[in-house]
Amino acid sequence: MYKYHLSHLSQLENEAIFIMREVAAQFEKPVLLFSGGKDSIVMVRLAQKAFWPAKIPFPLMHIDTGHNFEETIEFRDNLVKELGVELIVASVQESIDTGRAVEEKGPNPSRNMLQTITLLDAIAKYKFDAAFGGGRRDEEKARAKERFFSHRDEFGQWDPKNQRPELWNLFNGKKHIGEQFRIFPLSNWTEMDVWQYIATENIPIPNIYYTHMRDVVKRDGVYLAQSPFITLLDGEQVEKKQVRFRTIGDMTCTGAVVSNATKIEDIILEVAAARETERGTRADDKRSEAAMEDRKKEGYF
Amino acid sequence: MHNNEREFSTEEYLNMDLLRFTTAGSVDDGKSTLIGRLLHDTKSIFEDQLDAVEKASKKMGDHQVNLALLTDGLRAEREQGITIDVAYRYFATPKRKFIIADTPGHIQYTRNMVTGASTANLAIVLVDARHGVVEQTCRHAFIASLLQIKHLVICVNKMDLVDYKEEVFTEIKADFDDFSSKLEIQDIRYIPISALKGDNVVDKSVNMPWYNGPTFLYTLENVHIASDHNFVDCRFPVQRVIRPQSDEFHDFRGYAGRIEGGIFKPGDEVLALPSGFTSKIKSIETMDGKLDEAFSPMSVVMTLEDEIDISRGDMIVKPNNQPEIGQDIELMICWLNPKKMIPGGKYGIRHTTQEAKCIVKDIRYKVDINTLHKIEDDLSLGLNEIGRIHIRTTKPFFYDSYKKNRGTGSIILIDENTNETVGAGMII
Repeated sequence: MYKYHLSHLSQLENEAIFIMREVAAQFEKPVLLFSGGKDSIVMVRLAQKAFWPAKIPFPLMHIDTGHNFEETIEFRDNLVKELGVELIVASVQESIDTGRAVEEKGPNPSRNMLQTITLLDAIAKYKFDAAFGGGRRDEEKARAKERFFSHRDEFGQWDPKNQRPELWNLFNGKKHIGEQFRIFPLSNWTEMDVWQYIATENIPIPNIYYTHMRDVVKRDGVYLAQSPFITLLDGEQVEKKQVRFRTIGDMTCTGAVVSNATKIEDIILEVAAARETERGTRADDKRSEAAMEDRKKEGYF
Repeated sequence: MHNNEREFSTEEYLNMDLLRFTTAGSVDDGKSTLIGRLLHDTKSIFEDQLDAVEKASKKMGDHQVNLALLTDGLRAEREQGITIDVAYRYFATPKRKFIIADTPGHIQYTRNMVTGASTANLAIVLVDARHGVVEQTCRHAFIASLLQIKHLVICVNKMDLVDYKEEVFTEIKADFDDFSSKLEIQDIRYIPISALKGDNVVDKSVNMPWYNGPTFLYTLENVHIASDHNFVDCRFPVQRVIRPQSDEFHDFRGYAGRIEGGIFKPGDEVLALPSGFTSKIKSIETMDGKLDEAFSPMSVVMTLEDEIDISRGDMIVKPNNQPEIGQDIELMICWLNPKKMIPGGKYGIRHTTQEAKCIVKDIRYKVDINTLHKIEDDLSLGLNEIGRIHIRTTKPFFYDSYKKNRGTGSIILIDENTNETVGAGMII
């Protein structure tokens, strides 16, 4: 009997594919939220597999804070061209320009919170009823409570205390008009699973995941990339460091780690030895203890 | 623990097996301590997490680091010091990756435990050595049995508080053996542990030389789960029809789905339900190439030799091994909603990839989950209650008993007004 056996990673892959197909069947207009980070890159690969030999039957959408790493945008555009899928870019700058969102004050204005406004507006504009996210339960304690099919009311709000129980492999995507779902096919994956999958599948990733020389600023114990979006505070200075990024998000809140990793195997060893979670380098999560929960309740990813 | 000294090996990682288990227990039975120890000793807690938990524990006035705060991440949970919802935790040893569905002991307890147990291979029930088998132990074990969990591990915890006495353990084991004869679980194991002191959790206890069995972690790593899937009865519920209509795949018509039972091979004669047409499997496709065979729980695309009418909700099976087909279904149901089940009420129902409506024809009996007695005089089914019901569906379902196949034997009921999932059913 042992012959009929799937490794854990293969089981996770099969589970994610099943969920993507369920979403395509149960919803009218799904969209895959794509940040250019490793989790959303893995999501794209899984979506390819789920519908192969047909094309991915939904568009990708990037919520663009305007504070991007150039390398991510280049990577995104190449990937979209190669796959022949539609890419929607919803711009936070546009939300600010049209008065929907107001830029934060201070020396370190983060557009992280503003993304929610842009995201919800875009979902309404295109009438999306399900949005795939690459969120994982091991990432953060509020995410640990997420469902695969996560219901959002007509305001895009998450009600973590009143979630639908999710049993077996039966997913309930029923909703009233105007409500929506967030879908998390990678719920059961860990950071290591994602990296191992990228390695075994040979999936290209943006080069800033590998070591490079970069101008950085140390703030609150985290190295942030020097960019036009950061104003130096008193006593802060720009240093040159050999770094890489463990996660990729908005430039103003994504921390770099000192690293010499030049290939995926190096990254895997780093992850195996890491004593901090990957979100430990994210300034957006450090704002308060329930920062993620609060943002999610309002409609964040 | 061996992990700490070992080098990480990708080769091992890729060969790892997956075990999903559920833990149940009441507030003070040491469940959090046990899980905390497992996570800690397998290096699954990170420094920034531990820092955050330490800070939060202090803020709440706890003297010790409260490891429950690792996943009791919701504001309301922290404020009230309770777990509201199933929390999923992950850890790995070189042998296996583990997914723990940690279910809270008090509030919504049946609902949460049923949810956590629905995908588990193994259930852990903690027994306080000082108190022995109590009502809650039986309740937990009954739910594990109802959900057809194949392996049950009874951890007799807090052995340090009974001076590690063998008699205490033996007595509890005998008590539970008595009760478990009423259950359907074949594989029940007993381990005397102290989660706090670490006896028999990861390392063998020096305090209980009379115990010759494996430690808790060794048990988790070595329980044989390869045969937990059904490899006999071939069931392929169709999720979606794949028609690329591209130049390269002009005439391609494939059926996407996940295999819920049995082993399918190209050339196999198959039967499509409900049409009853037969054909042969032409190929089993994935993006990574064609497969010589496919089995549960693989997600694949199947193509057939003949063009027959198949769409979502249909099922591909073997002509000589067909599921039950019918609209009148008997099931055990666990009610998940504060609004009681309405006898004669209509509900939405999901089963495999099928969706329909159903009417509750009859509530046969309710189960007293503490005594396992049938209650026949009060037939209202409320939140967290379990009973046997008879439903009629608006169209025929293709199903097996839950005992035979979890995938084709389970259903959920949906309230048509609120769209909430209100019932979890296991077909008899």
